[in-house]
Amino acid sequence: MSWEVVIGLEVHCQINTDTKAFCGCSTAFGAEPNTQTCPVCLGMPGQLPVLNTLAVDKTILTGLAIDAQINLESKFDRKNYFYPDLPKGYQISQFTIPLVEHGHMDITTKDRGDRRIGITRIHMEEDAGKSMHEGLDAVSHIDLNRSGIPLMEIVSEPDMRSADEAIAYLKNLHQLIRFLGVSGADMEKGQFRCDANVSVRRPGEELGTRTEMKNMNSFRFIKQAIDYEVMRQIEVIEDGGKVVQESRLWDSVKSESRSMRSKEEANDYRYFPEPDLPPLRVSQLEVDNIKAGMPELPHQLRSRFEAEFGLSAYDADVLTQTRNLSDWYETLVAAHPADPKRCANWMANELLGRLKELNKNIENAPVSPSEFGKLMDRIGDNTISGKIAKDVLDAMLESGKSADAIIEEKGLKQVSDTGAIDTMILDIMAANQGQVDAYRGGKDKLFGFFVGQVMKASKGKANPGMVNQRLKELLQG
Amino acid sequence: MPFSSLSHIQDRLNTGSTTAVEVAQLYLNRIAAHNDTLNAFVHIDADHVLAQAAASDKHRAEHGARSLEGLPIAVKDIFCTQHGPTQCCSNILKDFHAPYDAHVITKLKEAGAVLVGKTNMDEFAMGSSNETSAFGPCRNPWNTDYIPGGSSGGSASAVAAALTPAALGTDTGGSIRQPASLTGITGLKPTYGRVSRRGIIAFASSLDQAGPMTRTVKDAAMITSVISGHDSGDATSVADAPELDWLAACDKTDMKGMRIGVPKEYFVDGMDAGVRASVEEALKQCEALGAELVDISLPNTKLAVAAYYVIAPSEASANLSRYDSVRFGHRCENPEDLLDMYTRSRDEGFGTEVKRRILTGAFALSSGYYDAYYLKAQQVRTMIQQDFISAFENVDIIATPTSPITAFKLGEKTDDPLTMYLSDIYTLAVNLAGLPGLSQPCGFSADLPVGLQWIAPAWREDVLLGAASAYEGATDWHNKTPQAFEQTSGGES
Repeated sequence: MSWEVVIGLEVHCQINTDTKAFCGCSTAFGAEPNTQTCPVCLGMPGQLPVLNTLAVDKTILTGLAIDAQINLESKFDRKNYFYPDLPKGYQISQFTIPLVEHGHMDITTKDRGDRRIGITRIHMEEDAGKSMHEGLDAVSHIDLNRSGIPLMEIVSEPDMRSADEAIAYLKNLHQLIRFLGVSGADMEKGQFRCDANVSVRRPGEELGTRTEMKNMNSFRFIKQAIDYEVMRQIEVIEDGGKVVQESRLWDSVKSESRSMRSKEEANDYRYFPEPDLPPLRVSQLEVDNIKAGMPELPHQLRSRFEAEFGLSAYDADVLTQTRNLSDWYETLVAAHPADPKRCANWMANELLGRLKELNKNIENAPVSPSEFGKLMDRIGDNTISGKIAKDVLDAMLESGKSADAIIEEKGLKQVSDTGAIDTMILDIMAANQGQVDAYRGGKDKLFGFFVGQVMKASKGKANPGMVNQRLKELLQG
Repeated sequence: MPFSSLSHIQDRLNTGSTTAVEVAQLYLNRIAAHNDTLNAFVHIDADHVLAQAAASDKHRAEHGARSLEGLPIAVKDIFCTQHGPTQCCSNILKDFHAPYDAHVITKLKEAGAVLVGKTNMDEFAMGSSNETSAFGPCRNPWNTDYIPGGSSGGSASAVAAALTPAALGTDTGGSIRQPASLTGITGLKPTYGRVSRRGIIAFASSLDQAGPMTRTVKDAAMITSVISGHDSGDATSVADAPELDWLAACDKTDMKGMRIGVPKEYFVDGMDAGVRASVEEALKQCEALGAELVDISLPNTKLAVAAYYVIAPSEASANLSRYDSVRFGHRCENPEDLLDMYTRSRDEGFGTEVKRRILTGAFALSSGYYDAYYLKAQQVRTMIQQDFISAFENVDIIATPTSPITAFKLGEKTDDPLTMYLSDIYTLAVNLAGLPGLSQPCGFSADLPVGLQWIAPAWREDVLLGAASAYEGATDWHNKTPQAFEQTSGGES
């Protein structure tokens, strides 16, 4: 009998405010340890939190983007536990009444098509500091620069049925967050971290016992960890055992998970309302204002690109992966509106692939939309062929020179002169009389051979359309 | 002069008949003479006091006087100050120096006050007798075998013995009013949110409020007018609190038309007979001043102690988690591992009463008990608030004894925390309701001071100050001084 997999995800996403959630310290990444701290985020005696309202606005914006309910009155709670990188001995979070509830995210999956994933809640909380044990002998070091950085925790319903669905949800969420500009969501910097709750059951049965895979920050590891955990749980049950409710840690080096702590050892966080902060009240007017400033979302942009520019679903998807990509594309089309489809094709298939090979992305591409657009124009006006254009693009990326300069410099201008093309064709026919006879005798396939020969002789510069046309005529005899 | 009010000293400074340095020196001499007996101060830096006084005299000469120019004010060891240690009378904060001033300390400095030193208190303000202090108990100047009350016992003792003309305390369940009552001085707890808590070491955040402890009602008004006001650094400090004319509120000389509520639940069997007699006499005096006494009921009063001793320890259990020996404070020798460091450091650093409250609070918040304790206590809190709101529909102000008993002997109740907790039975409800309360002297029982407590609606400290001023003007209790401390130079006459 088959197994059904049930997955719910909790995403911790760093809100990209300049200052921390409850004090004025900088949130800049990569500073010397403990240089971005103050008495508040160090948990010094008598210090009090003051809420960063920009972080509230960004959480509301995220809530609106997932069609959620914004609670006009929410509240903060203290989550109590001892750890050296948690200065106050409690984390300020939202437990009973979060700012955002009841949203959703649509995904498309291979096996089950379009799916709507429920988002239970988004609540605000502060990050802890960072403990460092590696390379230290019998001591640990603590960096509290991260202490107090604002996070939103985005909690999904247990609506996903495979690791692929989980990844599709996470990628959509990641894309949305970045489009909204509410988080850098840089996974390597820990700005977008995921806990996965995984269980298995026979279809139709009650939910099985779940385990929680903690603190993963790469899509690849998340998929591996979920797949591993699903297999592990199925084996446990099929061997007659029971899944133990516990937190597990994914070891990406060994590609296996190990138990962190079981339910019995789990902390009792002794949540209670944070008395240092009054209930968080926002007005409907504020919510409406935030809504009015909502940027175009990825799915809206995709539809528009398809409708307005006639793009394929694939190209539209590729070019809306990030706001920078779609902006770059729109700048390109605005400056060179002749053929938006060609622009999209070339950007999606040629430019992005090359940038990837160069370890660059659209933000630091060595070519500007306007230069790239001129290259498109040179294809459009038959100055160069598409094939030559690829070489020109390579040269542009390498040298930073303009398309026209490269075409001029390397003499790549397409040969569209009938006389010159005829001369080349006749020379090639003379040199390959046997093939000419065979072609005329009915071997049509040899046409391609002649095209190749002409292009070779012209070093690719001959106008392919004209070559085709003239070849046909001259070979007819 | 030593037993002068702040406003009297201010008059003398303003007329040039004395200087801030002279005043500071006088009180420093008295501290030198009497602090060994009272243990009211836990930290004094005489040079620093005199330097502040000299700077104040200079400021007066060059720029004129600010509102508290040159006036000595002592502060409880719970207020963080950049100068000198801030230890909350706990071993866990032994030798801790805060790199910042509490907001109210900044306000006092800006007003030209001279900060005298840090006064003794119950450890982390947890206690009603000042006996839980890590620096030893403080004594009551009226009889040094007796406690001064708590937790602001040092501030109370210091003002009562005129080691300072005024002091700041904090009041979480009566910690300003009860010791004021037990030492025969005036103490004001403002409305919750009136005074910023930033830089005041937290005990129970939803209840803590700082206030003055003084010889007169007007002195209390002078200080409160300076330390109150919105602070954007404390989210619970109220931004749109009604402004008051603090000093004008003290001009009242009668109680004509004032309806004073007298809650029957505050006059019960078991209270000290002398306390009852003094308070009843005080109420008669109020009638004579034109007030109308109205019998009222605050039916949920009896639940206040239980609710308080769930809510305050719950908040405290989290507030005191930061004393984990990681970044500051006491750390045990040679910890074996992290858990050992936590447990041993905290075991060594905290005293018995503090541990008792942390455990009580952690228990009340723990999974499976939260609803029965913390949530229930919050419901009771709402009921108590409602009691007061209903009562104030019919009366302008409420009068009660501040404490059911007068000061008790050192050690008398230390083994019996429950009886100790009951000494705050009349003050706790005021904190739970967030209301302003004031205690002023109204007589003696067996040679120990008795306090009269006034309770007003939220933000109506003017009503408190008006009633208390009228009563003070018609009586002489605030002028009584403990004989043993009348001389400045110790036992000599």
